[in-house]
Amino acid sequence: MILDQVIACPVCDALHHDQDVQKHSIAKCARCGTVLAAPKSGAMTRIAMLSLTALILLIAAASFPFLALEVQGLSHQASVLDTILAFASGPMLPLSLATGLLIVLLPAARYCALIYTLAPMAIGYRPAPYAAMVYTWAERLKPWAMAEIFIIGVAVALVKVSGLARVELGPAFWAFAALLIVTILTDSSICRLTVWKTLRTRSTI
Amino acid sequence: MENTENTQHYLTATEAGLVGCRACGTVAPQGTHVCPCCQSRLEFSETASLQKVWAWLVAGLIAYVPANIYPMLRTSTLGQTSENTLMGGIIELVHHGSYGVAFIVFFASILIPIAKFIAIAFLAISVRKPANLGNHGRLVLYEVVEFIGRWSMIDVFVVAILTALVQLDFAAAISPGIAAVSFALSVAFTMLAAQSFDPRLMWLAENRVES
Repeated sequence: MILDQVIACPVCDALHHDQDVQKHSIAKCARCGTVLAAPKSGAMTRIAMLSLTALILLIAAASFPFLALEVQGLSHQASVLDTILAFASGPMLPLSLATGLLIVLLPAARYCALIYTLAPMAIGYRPAPYAAMVYTWAERLKPWAMAEIFIIGVAVALVKVSGLARVELGPAFWAFAALLIVTILTDSSICRLTVWKTLRTRSTI
Repeated sequence: MENTENTQHYLTATEAGLVGCRACGTVAPQGTHVCPCCQSRLEFSETASLQKVWAWLVAGLIAYVPANIYPMLRTSTLGQTSENTLMGGIIELVHHGSYGVAFIVFFASILIPIAKFIAIAFLAISVRKPANLGNHGRLVLYEVVEFIGRWSMIDVFVVAILTALVQLDFAAAISPGIAAVSFALSVAFTMLAAQSFDPRLMWLAENRVES
């Protein structure tokens, strides 16, 4: 079918011939300049590995001690779960659920989805069943996975508190900080159209 | 970055009687409802997109009002309880002389949300008529709004962290105020408004002017 050889720019609707883009080069839309494809060698393997790393860091962040506050002999420890449950008392319970989703559950779900779709392709296998659907969800979850925003929020909160009390940073804090870097690395290696093209060609063989 | 406006005519999927998928770039004949490649919904309709944008934007604006009126944080120190609204916290920072922090909080919690509302409304209005700001300018604006939207959630997370951390019984304790919920809702609604905006509409308007 001729439609297989054409793609439409997701931003401006201009039609382009679907050419094979060379590794490490960038294909931009001629009309609006949006990057259409930027394949890198070994990107699938890298994304799958980075997602696995992020998942492990996320589990570490959720289970190790997070922050401790100390002022004049009084001290208080807070875990990530305490932070999520900060709104749990009273009518604000839904906000606690939302916070849990945004900083732990949705990022975890997104990394699982990325591993599920990309790992089989990284080692040259056929895509797993429902890979297309799972990858669509990974893309949809992206704006709502806010683990990296949370760690910046921690930094802001620490600035506010640090003048009044001594704050001790636990392993979970550093796990979140590492997660920030891994998330940026993952997101910058994902080339959406290349993933879709690989999914398309591999599943029809 | 290209600064020059590209005046060459490009054939679009719509003109060719096709519909493109915003998720994966696949094209299908017009009238197809589900993308054959990724099963996303194929929909390219000006009214449907703009209706969603306006609905979410109004919801975001409404939620932003209580976010400013009601207290965001409740601090109790040695038996005394004080409640802080967003603006109240900033004024307090100014009184303490920390102008830098006050400015950053003002910028992130007041200026950016309001700028987002204005930017999304501007984009939604501008697709109906050719705007002075060229397509590339509007595209940059759209990308900035999409990128920055989720970062406003920082305020909610700061409240959560402070509440979890500052629990020293009688000496000092912080609890969240109801404005945190409205603020979170406002941010989520604004994100949905930005996501509902179909960037292809900006270019559709240009095509109409050409023909």
